[in-house]
Amino acid sequence: MTKTKRANALMYVVLTIVSLISVFPLYWMLISSTNKSVDVSRGTMLPGTAFFDNWKVLFENSPVPSAMWNSFKYALILTFCALLICSLAGYGFEIYHDKGKDTVMSILLLAMMVPFVATLIPLFRMFSAAKLLDTTVAFILPTISTPFLIMMFRQSARSFPHDIIEAARIDGLNEIQIFFRMFFPTMRSTYAAAMTITFMNAWNNYLWPKVIMTSDESITMPMLVANLTEGYVTDYGVLMLAVLLCSLPTVIIFFLLQKSFAEGITGAVK
Amino acid sequence: MSQTKGAKKRKLSLEKKHNLTGWIFLTPATIMIAVMSFWPMIQAFILSFQTGKANKLKFGGFTNYIRMFQDKDFMQSLSNTFFYLIIQVPVMLILALILASMLNNKNLRFKGLFRTAIFLPCATSLVSYAIIFRSLFGVDGFINSVLIKLGILNTGYNFLGNATSAKIVIIIALIWRWTGYNMVFYLSGLQNIEYSVYEAAKIDGASPMQTFFKITVPLLKPTILLTTIMSTNGTLQLFDESVNLTKGGPSNATITMSHYIYDQSFKYVPKFGYAAAMSFLIFILVAILAFIQMKVGDKRD
Repeated sequence: MTKTKRANALMYVVLTIVSLISVFPLYWMLISSTNKSVDVSRGTMLPGTAFFDNWKVLFENSPVPSAMWNSFKYALILTFCALLICSLAGYGFEIYHDKGKDTVMSILLLAMMVPFVATLIPLFRMFSAAKLLDTTVAFILPTISTPFLIMMFRQSARSFPHDIIEAARIDGLNEIQIFFRMFFPTMRSTYAAAMTITFMNAWNNYLWPKVIMTSDESITMPMLVANLTEGYVTDYGVLMLAVLLCSLPTVIIFFLLQKSFAEGITGAVK
Repeated sequence: MSQTKGAKKRKLSLEKKHNLTGWIFLTPATIMIAVMSFWPMIQAFILSFQTGKANKLKFGGFTNYIRMFQDKDFMQSLSNTFFYLIIQVPVMLILALILASMLNNKNLRFKGLFRTAIFLPCATSLVSYAIIFRSLFGVDGFINSVLIKLGILNTGYNFLGNATSAKIVIIIALIWRWTGYNMVFYLSGLQNIEYSVYEAAKIDGASPMQTFFKITVPLLKPTILLTTIMSTNGTLQLFDESVNLTKGGPSNATITMSHYIYDQSFKYVPKFGYAAAMSFLIFILVAILAFIQMKVGDKRD
């Protein structure tokens, strides 16, 4: 008995240490955003009073509101379009599956292996030839359809009862109506998980916007944060405030959708 | 007679209609992947046989592929990337697996709290966490000030200015950011395993170690395979950390392949053909590694 007790205690110690390590850098970011750069370097771990000064410096020198707006605009439009297109496809691949569609699906899965950097130059040339640099369209199109999302929806459609579809057909609903009125409301947790993943990826995307967003008016939050480190002198307080603002939306989404995220992943891993 | 024939015909046409509906449903997504992944990939392949600067390109045969293996900086980026891959991926996945099996314990208290804390790093953006770690490990950063206060160091150590320690900082950062993410996949996989299996093992007197290696690992094999392929793929494409945490330095000691390719195509005089050839090598490496992992993972004991 004492042996299992000791093992149990060890488990709590390990989990507590890992949890603290996981949270600490974020705590430090939060604290640093309220301190002067000198105090941050000194290793302060307590909240300071420089939050509003940092805020003023940051907003005076960087286009925070427009970058924030851009990031939200790009990420939300991409999330909406990607969820619509990929869930339709995942549903189509599963519910109406036959040999032909299964072959197409396995070809699409190959796209998972295509590294983004390999398609970067042709995509850049394609969008600049079409005069679409600095636009939302250029931001969303390359990642609007991903094999990962299609697979996730295909897996969840597998657990969608065929009886519901048959019953709806008898009731006179057409196939599109069945998708929107029956499948969509039932698969809420899959949609929530897909939304969390897509929004976070879109918000965090750095390489692609760095290539296509050439003007100051169209930059995103991650780009703005990265630009702050370009100078010779870095004001850590201001920098950490920017990092905080850049992380806040994804952290909030994470907390709101955490539960359904775990459920959705469970459905997809099955 | 004719009635049933009619019904049959109607049923057939209905089936055809449903079949067609299916194709319509998957067409937009399929076209987008074809245009945004496969088509650029073919173009990159063609581009990789061309030489020249910016848009003045001409056919150059295998020049780019030969040049790539003579380019010391690119070889450095290749070896850096593999260094990250070989150390970070196994350490992270094993850690994630251990944490997941701890959190799967039914009697554990504060389970939700631990899970949320460990998963939280995933919610920070890649650029953000790279910059947080850059600041933490800077010469005048938090880690140094703590080490000085504890009397371990006299002056700040330049973690990011030394080739080995800079690489280690990148690995620590990667593990911090991605362990929780992989843990969630394992937790989901564990939920599909009947808990009674564990209880039976306990009654049979299996130690936690035995349970872990004899039950958890074999039953999670498909999930382990999935996460290994995902992490390998992600590590081979590493970009944000190299750019924002170490800026590839000191003198290319931490630069990744994607970072080097980006610099060759967008930072200096664009060498699109050469960059395409290098990025094609990444594609080949990803494909080979995924293939090996699937072969190894599929083996039945």
